[in-house]
Amino acid sequence: MKAAVIVFPGINRERDMARTLKLVSDREPAMVWHADTALPAGTDIVALPGGFSYGDYLRCGAIAARAPVMEAVRTFAANGGLVLGVCNGFQILCEAGLLPGVLMRNTGLKFVCREVYLRVERSDTPFTRGYNAGQVICVPTAHGEGNYVADSETIARLEGESRVVFRYTAPDGALAPEWNFNGATNAIAGIVNARGNVLGMMPHPENHVEAALGPTDGRGLFQGLEEYLDRAA
Amino acid sequence: MKAQVTVTLKSGILDPQGKAIEGALRSLGVGGIASVRQGKVFDIEIADGDRAGVEAKLREAAEKLLANTLIENYDVKLIG
Repeated sequence: MKAAVIVFPGINRERDMARTLKLVSDREPAMVWHADTALPAGTDIVALPGGFSYGDYLRCGAIAARAPVMEAVRTFAANGGLVLGVCNGFQILCEAGLLPGVLMRNTGLKFVCREVYLRVERSDTPFTRGYNAGQVICVPTAHGEGNYVADSETIARLEGESRVVFRYTAPDGALAPEWNFNGATNAIAGIVNARGNVLGMMPHPENHVEAALGPTDGRGLFQGLEEYLDRAA
Repeated sequence: MKAQVTVTLKSGILDPQGKAIEGALRSLGVGGIASVRQGKVFDIEIADGDRAGVEAKLREAAEKLLANTLIENYDVKLIG
C-alpha cells in the first residue's frame, strides 16, 4: 500500500489516519498538502481524513473540495485509484461531486461523539473485503453534520446498485430509528461511487484498530485494503 | 456596483436549524409564525464589468461555490 493522506487546513484526524495506514501496511503514508497539484508517483490509495477543513465555512467540505489538490484526486479516481473519505473527507467527496448527495446537519442538531454500530452491507469491495456481508462493527463517530441526504432518484439508484456499504444499525444489525442517530436517509453511513473505487463514510474506522485502545473493528477495512493492494501490486 | 446573492434550501429539504429557530421564536412568544427556513446572504462588491457580464459572473460563483445546487437555490440581485 502506497497511501497518500491529503492535509487540508483545519482537519484534525490526519495523524490518526496516517498511524492506522502505517500500522497495517508497515509503510509511512505520504502527507500531501492541499495546495499541491500532484500525488506522489505510485500512490495506490488516497485518504481524505476527518476534521473541519477551512473551519467548515460556507458548507462542510465545500472549500476543501475546490482546493488545488482535488484536481489530482479527481484524476486519480477517474483512473480507478482507490479513494477513502472519512467524516469531513466524506463531506469533501460529496462537495467535489465524486460521490452523490450531501451531508446535512444531524436531525437532533447535536454533535454526536460516541461509538456506533454499522452493518457492513457487502464484502465484495476493496474497502470491505476484510468483513463479512451482514457483519456488524463498532466504530466511533464524531460529527454534527452527517445526515446523508440525496434526491429520491439518487437514493433509489444507490440502493438498486448496492452502493450503500455501511448502515447505522442496532448492535444486532437491526435497523431502528434510535440507532440512526443523525437521521440519515435509509440509515446510510457510507457509500461507494458507481465504479466502486471511491468510498465515503461518516464514522471513524481508523480510530478502532489497536487493542490497547479498545475495540479493533475498524481494522478490517484497512487490513482488507492492504491485502487488496498487495495482491494488485 | 454592489450585488447580493441569496442562497436558500430547496423546498422538501429538511432544515433542522430553521426548525430550532422556529421553536425558539415560539418560546419567546413571537406569535403568528408558521415556519422558518434558514439561508445565507452574500453581499458582494463588484470590481468592474457591465450588468449582464456581472450577473453571469455571479451566477457562475453561485453554481461553482456559493450554493450546493443539489439542496439549495440561489438568487442573484444587482444593486445600484
